[in-house]
Amino acid sequence: MDPLTVTTARPHAPETDHLDLLESHAAFVIREVAAECERPVLLFSGGKDSAVLLHIAVKAFAPQRLPFPVLHVDTGQNFPEVLAFRDRTVAMLGARLVVASVPEAIARGRVPDPGPLGSRNRLQTTALLDAIAEHGFDAAFGGARRDEDKARAKERVLSFRDAFGQWDPRRQRPELWNLYQGRVNAGEHLRAFPLSDWTELDVWRYIAREGVALPSIYFAHEREVVRRDGMWLAVNEFVAPLDHERPQWRTVRYRTVGDATCTGAVESAAVTVDEVVREVATATISERGATRADDRFSETAMEDRKREGYF
Amino acid sequence: MSSDLLRLATIGSVDDGKSTLVGRLLVDTRQLFDDQLDAVVNASERRGIGDLDLAFVTDGLRAEREQGITIDVAYRYAATPTRKFIVADCPGHVQYTRNMATGASTADLALAVVDVQHGLREQTHRHLCIAALLGVRHLVVAINKMDAVHWSPTAYRSVADEVETLAGDLEFATVLAVPTSALLGDNVVEASDNLPWYHGPTILRALEEAPAGSWTAARGARLPIQWVLRQPGGGRTYAGMVAGDALRVGDAVTLLPAGVRTTITTLTTLHAGAAQSAAPGLSIDVALGDETDAGRGDLLAVEPLPRVTRSLEATVCWFADRPLGSGSRLRLKHTTRTTPARVAAVAGVIDVDSLAVEAADELRANDIGLLTLETADDLVVDDYRDNRVTGSFILVDEASNATVAAGMVGHPAFVRPQN
Repeated sequence: MDPLTVTTARPHAPETDHLDLLESHAAFVIREVAAECERPVLLFSGGKDSAVLLHIAVKAFAPQRLPFPVLHVDTGQNFPEVLAFRDRTVAMLGARLVVASVPEAIARGRVPDPGPLGSRNRLQTTALLDAIAEHGFDAAFGGARRDEDKARAKERVLSFRDAFGQWDPRRQRPELWNLYQGRVNAGEHLRAFPLSDWTELDVWRYIAREGVALPSIYFAHEREVVRRDGMWLAVNEFVAPLDHERPQWRTVRYRTVGDATCTGAVESAAVTVDEVVREVATATISERGATRADDRFSETAMEDRKREGYF
Repeated sequence: MSSDLLRLATIGSVDDGKSTLVGRLLVDTRQLFDDQLDAVVNASERRGIGDLDLAFVTDGLRAEREQGITIDVAYRYAATPTRKFIVADCPGHVQYTRNMATGASTADLALAVVDVQHGLREQTHRHLCIAALLGVRHLVVAINKMDAVHWSPTAYRSVADEVETLAGDLEFATVLAVPTSALLGDNVVEASDNLPWYHGPTILRALEEAPAGSWTAARGARLPIQWVLRQPGGGRTYAGMVAGDALRVGDAVTLLPAGVRTTITTLTTLHAGAAQSAAPGLSIDVALGDETDAGRGDLLAVEPLPRVTRSLEATVCWFADRPLGSGSRLRLKHTTRTTPARVAAVAGVIDVDSLAVEAADELRANDIGLLTLETADDLVVDDYRDNRVTGSFILVDEASNATVAAGMVGHPAFVRPQN
């Protein structure tokens, strides 16, 4: 027998388990889009979902290099650990990084300056759509999952965007079997969500199995935080305590990673991946509910942003 | 297919209670996070619908909540100690049939919901017919709103008989009719005290015990080639997802449509690296024993071989508003190959009530028809009944790029020939 078979096969694992099928489906979607679209790009925030997406994309084309660049939509208000992780990962893969910068969009007058306390959440949409137009991208891979939000639960794996970047949930293309078709006319584009059918727990189990590297803030650490809108918000150069808020040190970790002004931490003692898996398995609050102020504006906050062209 | 995962789609007419049933199932099995349940309660109160509109668990779009209908499929994920579920909650309105087909095309089991007060409506017939066409083999039927008929066993029996007869005609492998009140929770997760005369399983129990994997074992492994990977040293491997049957190292395969015979010399799975075999549903790449010029759109097949053709007898669900008639030109996507196609002839349209084929010149929106299609390039096809991957295709509008039809190679056994 070929010695390679002995060392890499996992003889005691069931032949196909749930994670194998999810990974295989994601790779299938990535290859279809890469084959059918002229200029795909992979949206990479440095968060766990996009880290998993990138990991699978790299595997899908190995030993060749990733056949498309990665795009980071940078609000200018990032956790430094996440930016460092982004740069480390991109350098290691030899991938080409495109940055769509919200501060640049503000400086160029593309979007109004929201000021130090205003949210840059929706401004990301303009920066993203400008980058898509500038580079002529016709498909953008994202790590969004249907279990995250009720509007995302409605979205196709390949989701069509019109020439204005808009999603129209009433007129989605039928998507039958595994027959993903990625044709668009000039100016239109697709969003592709290969992790659509993954849950938060699937993502963490996969991270544990594959040893996918993540920014350190996903694991429990000591941090100075304030309680705001029912969340622990890190005190840093972007978030100053308000008059009535009392900064305190807590042991926390992040369940999602986004803009530092609207992403909250959760109290946690989970230091290792396995401890996080156990914590996620017994969570009683959803990851976006626990950590994202941007979803709390209204009942349909995510749908409204998605219609405009958000991730 | 992994037996610990069941993919199910809800089907049935508008207002019979599909979304309420799915909401009840998810709430009573505690699948919702606290904040998600709070949000549903708040949304219900804001619209003056009482404490909890269970349909809001899946009807997440603003328009859906305003109108109290389901517009597009919602996918929800659930797990009980015995099984994982992917639930596609599908719309009931006839104009959203394309979205129902989207949800049902990947389902192992259809969970039909029928209002006991109305019995089977035309849309229920259409959905059951489409589910059967798409190859869904197992059917669980909630005979719903039993509270509205004072839990009457006669009312249940009458609708259950009707459903069971239709399911038999459509050749579902299994069918189970469960009396329920999704609104009150009877027989969804908890057995009902109001239905002492019913001794069968609850909906949840039926789903947990249903046979997994919708599909009769397909004959012959297939590997539609997605992408060619260049290996260090100059070799090439061919990447794709296995379909039909497991593929093994050493298998004699034929590269189609070229007809070149060769063998699988190495096989690499994404999850485990080099391997001796790979089951259907796994993404792999393989090396071949002979030099070939295989590329995307070609297919590697183990015997019995699929056929190579430019003419298809097919069954088509048509979704566009404009009619589809003889001479219509479209693009056809089959496995990893896309080719121009033309309708050579319309053989007829299936009457969803009688399952008879009626003469027709064209297919209108949401019709299911039998067609002959001609393609510009060779296709490598199996009958849909033998292989769900190599037997399926979609039709795409050349101008708008919209997907306008779901197609299946061959004709379903259950339709009655034209008189």
